Amino acid sequence: MLLMSVWSCFFGQDEEDGTETGEGDEWMQGKTLIKPLDQLDLTEAELKEEFTRILTANNPHAPQNIVRYSFKERSYKPISSVDQLAVHFVLEGNLLHQDSDEARRQRAKQGDVEEGGGEERADSVESKAGKKEQKITNQFNFSERASQTLNNPLRERGCQTEPPPRANFSATANQWEIYDVYLEVLQKQEKNKEKAKAVPKKDDDKGKKKMMLVETQSDDITKVAKVAKIIERMVNQNTFDDIAQDFKYFEDASDEYREQEGTLLPLWKFQYDKAKRLSVTALCWNESYKDLFAVGLGSYDFTKQGRGMLVFYSLKNSTFPEYIYPTTSGILCLDIHKHLPYLVAVGFYDGCVAVYNLKEETLQPIYKSTAKSGKHTDPVWQVKWQKDDMDNNHNFFSVSSDGRVVSWTLVKNELVFTDIIKLIIEIFDNVCRPAACGTSFDFHKQIDYLFLVGTEEGKIHKCSKAYSSQFLETYNAHNMAVDAVKWNHFHTKVFISCSSDWTVKIWDHTIKTPMFTFDLNASVGDVAWSPYSSTVFAAVTTDGKVHTFDLSINKYEAICQQPVVAKKKTKLTHIEFNPVYPIIIVGDDRGYVTSLKLSPNLRKKPKEKKGQELPKGPEVEIAKMEKLLSLLREPENSNA
Amino acid sequence: MSAEVEETLKRIQTHKGVIGTIVVNAEGIPIRTTLDNSTTVQYAGLLHQLTMKARSTVRDLDPQNDLTFLRIRSKKHEIMVAPDKEYLLIVIQNPSE
Repeated sequence: MLLMSVWSCFFGQDEEDGTETGEGDEWMQGKTLIKPLDQLDLTEAELKEEFTRILTANNPHAPQNIVRYSFKERSYKPISSVDQLAVHFVLEGNLLHQDSDEARRQRAKQGDVEEGGGEERADSVESKAGKKEQKITNQFNFSERASQTLNNPLRERGCQTEPPPRANFSATANQWEIYDVYLEVLQKQEKNKEKAKAVPKKDDDKGKKKMMLVETQSDDITKVAKVAKIIERMVNQNTFDDIAQDFKYFEDASDEYREQEGTLLPLWKFQYDKAKRLSVTALCWNESYKDLFAVGLGSYDFTKQGRGMLVFYSLKNSTFPEYIYPTTSGILCLDIHKHLPYLVAVGFYDGCVAVYNLKEETLQPIYKSTAKSGKHTDPVWQVKWQKDDMDNNHNFFSVSSDGRVVSWTLVKNELVFTDIIKLIIEIFDNVCRPAACGTSFDFHKQIDYLFLVGTEEGKIHKCSKAYSSQFLETYNAHNMAVDAVKWNHFHTKVFISCSSDWTVKIWDHTIKTPMFTFDLNASVGDVAWSPYSSTVFAAVTTDGKVHTFDLSINKYEAICQQPVVAKKKTKLTHIEFNPVYPIIIVGDDRGYVTSLKLSPNLRKKPKEKKGQELPKGPEVEIAKMEKLLSLLREPENSNA
Repeated sequence: MSAEVEETLKRIQTHKGVIGTIVVNAEGIPIRTTLDNSTTVQYAGLLHQLTMKARSTVRDLDPQNDLTFLRIRSKKHEIMVAPDKEYLLIVIQNPSE
């Protein structure tokens, strides 16, 4: 296509009349010259002045100062040469040179089309063929061809799917939610690690089954268990609010006025419906959980032997026990392991001993002695845990009326027994009588192998674990069976014993006669040293009274003698001091356990007293007093 | 297990001064109650929100901590709420009875 363009030269407009532009000439020809009003009046001379005109090819409209941004120099630079081209008219033509390539192609096509058939072409090119002759394309005479096709009827089809199920989701993103998620992930990772370790084990199937059980949902209500327990305690706290307040804060102010006497404030009373006809035969506080204590229930009556119960109470809930274990035979004694608060050793009336694990769900003991495994043939009166032996097995001792002191070791699944000592009564003709009946024992707090055994005949034997046939010492303690014998918590030489012969005696184990003797006017069921003072102890009698003594205040009388049960016929059977709180629990023969708070006078910590001597007394007394004084000086020091 | 829990709940219900007990699940719907329907729904809804708020507060302060229980003592009685991961146990008691 050739571009046709018109170039023109520009003439400057002349002010002279004569040289006007062509257009002006036309209509000016036949008329007189009219001066425009604002035309300059020039003189003749000025009119004749010659002005030179130079024709240039410059476009006066072209800008002279085009500036372009140069990226190389990062600045605007004027362009030196400016395009002077001015385009006036452009028309795109469609002439082809007949010898050019395109023309030849088109001619060839035209030839095809004429032969072939009708084909529509672009407008300005060849027309429709039908004739063999080359028809000259008519680019001016445009004819439009159109045809109308049959329109298919429109039909609308729709399809509605079920909307995806929707659920509203909302959550908060708090610091603790993030923390929870992290914990979960951590636990899962640990589980996976354990699974990875457990996979090579052979009992894979069992493992899978167990996992299945754990993951299935248990009954709805069981998940409320923990919460229900908390709520029960709260409800109880509300009901017994005043007792709880007393327990925590009440201090009897009147003790200041009563010089030497103290009182016991009754607090909670614990009873269990199903244990109403049983008597409390054993009490023990838990060393680790200071509000938990165990109660063994059974019967002291030979004729009324039946079932028994092991019940645990917490001070936080006085209406219902925490753990209940019914037993076939009455319990006579129990002991909770000092370091493992879930292991409880129990001695029965039928001579068996058993160990319960509180963590287990079952109500059965995890170990129980049988006739084959050396159970006692008579009631077991006392059990006590010992330190783990060299193989790190737990073991405990038991003493029974059949005269044997037996050590039981928990080896894997069994109770293995070893007779430690047999209590024998020797008669003059060296015929060994049948064994004496042990009714109580206690191990020394510091000296591991040393222990005391009280017998039904009223003797107390000092024995050692090492010697199985000989006693180290024998004390003719009482006239009737020795119900309890206890070492002092602080003084290494002192122990106390009580008996149904109405007396309580305090001994120094190096001396064969008692240091102190107290007559309590009724059969003494139990006696206990206090854990906070070496001179305070309490005893319970069958007339329902608790007698509390403090030897540093009053060496001859109790500083508190208080009946603690409502009905006069109930006999008190056991007493225990709480290791931490100033309360004692007292069990009676009707299955009740009463808790009492000690008033301040009863809790006096021994002060430093120097050389307070009594005017008289046998040498032993003075010696004892001196010991007491040394106790008073350093009460907490166990190696006094 | 479930028998023990049932027993505990029963003991709570028959305890001195207890007016009513409600067990609410994680969505705030009461699943067990000793009160009438409208009261239950009201208590459940309101206390659920309050417990969530209280719990959120405790945990925001220290994420390792968690709410053990909540007591609201009013002139007439005391409302005790013990939350669990999935459940909420509400007990209304009149402590001075």
